Amino acid sequence: MLETVNTFLAARGIYCLVFILFFLAVYGMITCKNYMKKMMCMNVMQVAVILFFLCFAQKRGGVIPILDGVTEAASGYLNPIPHALMLTAIVVSLGTTGVALALLMRMTEEYGSVEEDDLLSGKARKKKEESADEADEAEAEKEAEKEETADVTGKDPDET
Amino acid sequence: MRHDREVLLIMIMNHLPVLAVVVPLSAALLSLLLSRINKNLGKAVVILSLVFAFLDAVGLTAQVLQAEGHLIRYAMGNWDAPIGIEFYVDPINALLACFITFIAMCASIYSLSFLKDREWLQSGGYYTLIALLTVGLVGMTLTGDVFNLYVYLEISSLSCYGLIALGGKRSIPAAFRYLLIGTIGASFYLLGIGLMYAMTGSLNMADMGELLQSQMDNPLMYLVCASLIGAFGIKMAQFPFHAWQPDAYAYSHPGASPLISGAMSKVPALAMIRFFFFIFGVQNLVIVDATRLIGILGALGMIFGSVMALNQTDFRRMLAYSSVAQLGYIALGIGIGNLYGVTGSYLHILNHLFMKGGLFFAIGAIQYRFGIVNINQFGQLHKKMPFTCFTITMGALAMVGIPPTGGFFSKWYLMMGAMDKHLYIYMAVLVLSSLLNAIYFLRVLEKIFIAPEARLADRFDKEARRDGAAAKKHFLEVPAVMLVPIVVFGIGIVAMGIFNSQIVEFVAQTALKGVF
Amino acid sequence: MIVTDIRPLLAVAFPLVASLLILFSGKKPNIREAFSIIAAVGAAICALSMSSGVVAGNVYEFVLCPLTDTLSLTLRVDYAGELFACVSSFLYVVVAFYAIGYMRGHHEKDQTGFFAFFAICICSAIGIAYSANLLTFFVFFEMLTIATWPLVFHERNDEAKFSGRKYLIYTLIPGQLLLVGIVIVYAMSGTLDFVAGGFMNDSMGSKLMLSVVFFLLVGAGAVKAGMMPLHGWLPSAMVAPTPVSALLHAVAVVKAGAFGVIRIIGYVYGPEVLSGLKVTQILAVFACVTIIASSLIAFSQDNLKRRLAYSTIGQLSYVVLGACMLTSLGMRGAFFQIVAHAFMKITLFMVAGAIIVTAHKDNVSQMNGIGKAMPFTMIAFAIGSFGIIGVPFFNGFVSKWNLLRGAIQGGMPIYVVVLLISAMLGISYLVPVIFTAFFPKNKETEFKEFHEANPFMLVPIMITGVLSVVMGINPNFGPHLYDLATLAADAVMKGVVH
Repeated sequence: MLETVNTFLAARGIYCLVFILFFLAVYGMITCKNYMKKMMCMNVMQVAVILFFLCFAQKRGGVIPILDGVTEAASGYLNPIPHALMLTAIVVSLGTTGVALALLMRMTEEYGSVEEDDLLSGKARKKKEESADEADEAEAEKEAEKEETADVTGKDPDET
Repeated sequence: MRHDREVLLIMIMNHLPVLAVVVPLSAALLSLLLSRINKNLGKAVVILSLVFAFLDAVGLTAQVLQAEGHLIRYAMGNWDAPIGIEFYVDPINALLACFITFIAMCASIYSLSFLKDREWLQSGGYYTLIALLTVGLVGMTLTGDVFNLYVYLEISSLSCYGLIALGGKRSIPAAFRYLLIGTIGASFYLLGIGLMYAMTGSLNMADMGELLQSQMDNPLMYLVCASLIGAFGIKMAQFPFHAWQPDAYAYSHPGASPLISGAMSKVPALAMIRFFFFIFGVQNLVIVDATRLIGILGALGMIFGSVMALNQTDFRRMLAYSSVAQLGYIALGIGIGNLYGVTGSYLHILNHLFMKGGLFFAIGAIQYRFGIVNINQFGQLHKKMPFTCFTITMGALAMVGIPPTGGFFSKWYLMMGAMDKHLYIYMAVLVLSSLLNAIYFLRVLEKIFIAPEARLADRFDKEARRDGAAAKKHFLEVPAVMLVPIVVFGIGIVAMGIFNSQIVEFVAQTALKGVF
Repeated sequence: MIVTDIRPLLAVAFPLVASLLILFSGKKPNIREAFSIIAAVGAAICALSMSSGVVAGNVYEFVLCPLTDTLSLTLRVDYAGELFACVSSFLYVVVAFYAIGYMRGHHEKDQTGFFAFFAICICSAIGIAYSANLLTFFVFFEMLTIATWPLVFHERNDEAKFSGRKYLIYTLIPGQLLLVGIVIVYAMSGTLDFVAGGFMNDSMGSKLMLSVVFFLLVGAGAVKAGMMPLHGWLPSAMVAPTPVSALLHAVAVVKAGAFGVIRIIGYVYGPEVLSGLKVTQILAVFACVTIIASSLIAFSQDNLKRRLAYSTIGQLSYVVLGACMLTSLGMRGAFFQIVAHAFMKITLFMVAGAIIVTAHKDNVSQMNGIGKAMPFTMIAFAIGSFGIIGVPFFNGFVSKWNLLRGAIQGGMPIYVVVLLISAMLGISYLVPVIFTAFFPKNKETEFKEFHEANPFMLVPIMITGVLSVVMGINPNFGPHLYDLATLAADAVMKGVVH
């Protein structure tokens, strides 16, 4: 029994850890009330995925894929593609984080807070005003529209 | 000189698949720069690039229909298939690329009036995002490489977050929530393709499909399918992954919302079809289970989305929930999983692009002129905006599935598919959902045509007051750049119904016959 | 002999194109009405010109475009289709003139929308008549459902809104069920083309399945035809302007429903399968109940239009009953009842409208002595009433006589009793109107001066009234409608031995 668990952990344990990390991050994204923390959890989740790729790219005795004159068979080398893919994924996650931070900044400007509770209660307050005067609401929305600014920061890093 | 032109033309013809992506991408990168020089230059370059992309996609469709085996495999940078990235163009994705670039082109023209008074940074940035979104969507549609698909997915998602955030104050939290959930979806996708890569050692879709066939009974395939359902489910806002979608669609920038709601959710749906039917193949047990799950979720989504749409008064939110229901139709077709079912799915992807696009164009115009989105204020709108109301009417009828609009025919194929597999419960769900759609869409028509006239602040009146005697008279209900897309989409909804058999015969079934 | 001919398409296209032109010419009423009349006349000429050819045995066909990958939008002019198309297109001409008089006389709002949707209704009715397969039929059927809705809510008040909702609920649900039925039929039989005598056979499915599908298919038609207990929408749709009621209740909508039922019985299932299934007996029971009950309700209605509406419900069930008899004479009666009832009921409704516009009276009790003021109108009303009752030499008699003979031919005397009772009840609710009009009990009435309806309304009333009598004496007058009915019934019932 212990033997099987041990062999399983030796062979697959790292994947279990990666998945635990992944779902821990998802759990964090769901439960955290602060948008900043949610974003950080998101980063952890992306890291978990990156780790997953790197783990399965690893093999015992493999060397980095540079011809060294000693190793002849391709099986002796590590597969470089997952690493290359993950470089792209890191760039993408950087871009995502950039957009997220930009959005958080805008949120702070507009609402003065990035706490979900504040935003929700603020929304509730706004809704009351809406029902009080709908014409006003329409005006307010137009105003809001005018105030909007193009959110161009951090949207370019995604060309990979 | 003449000779050069011919050479250029031949070169373009040979590189149509990649040009559909590269040209808007370059325009996106140039847009901000050129906007700094001249505000209109940035807009013009993006619009022209999208027009080019549309023509390119049309050419590509024509090419692929004539090509041998109805297939074009375009190797990027001449690196051949399993190693290099390739564009895998078959009739169904070429046609979808046509539709996407068409709606992007219309949306970019339509947005002109929203951005008339904006600074260079805003208009340039807006057009950059529109072009990038198109790049992402077209790339996702055409690509034949699973990781490349991820990259395009992220390009489209990131630009989409930006466009949603442009919609005003309330859109920022919506965009942020979409970003979080969208990233979960993308991570699921990465997990899924990671597993598949670990199993096959290939990233090329066709190659991977062949290699996977011997490993279909591997329990990891269940994990792969679950990841993909999660990933595409989130991206296409399929029930129960739809939570981000109503806010995001409702508050996104009115100029971009047709593109976002029309095209954004369809491409993952097509990707789902591509993965489950083209790569994995229906004959495998695990795929049968997975598609059955998708079908059940789709059926639940159809009911849930419609019920939620019933108690919305914001027209945009109603449309957003209706999208949840309509994507349920697409998922249902995937769940039925036979030739007719998937044909219906595919047809509904195209139809819904037109219906939802048209409806969002219409509500954008209403918002532009009167600043209203609440259906209770729509009374007698048809007198002020007849063409917009025509499109709303057509869209509503198509949503309900009244012939000869397009919506009816996708329902017909779905029903035929369900009947073939004796899935009577799905037929019942289709009927129920149509009736629920009828309740909330005909309610809108009722508000427009029957309800007493509402007192509205007319933008034209304001302009007339501001400009005094110099005010110009408005012959059209909204500026022509907005009216043209609205009318085109209104007619398109009916045209989709009339030409559905051509689409089905020459496009969907030529591509799908090999699968089933 | 099948002949490819563009006339069926033109008959459908005229009103459809006209509806668009009408929408765009809303600011110029005269041009708008001209479009409507041109369309009506064009459609009528196309439809009527084919009748002699159809009687001679030609089948005109036009394949417009593919609808789905396997089915196409095909228009085919067979006996039954030509019969219904002739009636609806001809009466469209009449109503088009009448509508001008009525709408202008009554100063209605939103006339543009009215005329446009009116045209679409006629287009769909003709389309339903000429449909060659069930899917084409369904397309036009749903178009009709939707196009009638704006006519029902025309008044745009709360009552009209609720009638509109009621109408939609009653018609959309069976419409969807019809679609399910069509899909199942297609899966079972592999074809949807109407064939006289039916294309289904017993081997295609279990008896239960065939019966369930039959009711799915017939449901939509039965609702449109106002069969009880699904008739609720019809009386409340009375809030619509009178030309609409005339059209709804005499020609397009309800007749399309009844015609649909005949198509399903005669051209999809066919008498042989149905006599094995026994489902028509169930339908016939509903029809009988409707015939009796609606007459009783009509008796208690004071509002003339409502009274006529209930009368319509009863009269349409004659069509269903005739078709359910599964005998050639019964079928002939059912077909001719479509013609006869259209002429009679449109006369009656147009009279009711003329009274509303000219004398501003809705209720029977207020019409004391109106016959003196509007003698021609009321004589037309009397003609229509006699037709409904089934007095010989009026066209209603021809169909009822055939129905009676059909009942006897099929050995079902109970139907004879029902038909006779219904005729008695018809006397009881229509003759009092004539009596009140011509022999006022109270001499102190306001209708002393001669005050006829304006000619736009009066002439159409006279035309349909006169035609009702002419067709009572010579049923074959004009486009050989009686021949068509006979040929259609014989084609459906061929091979059935009584």
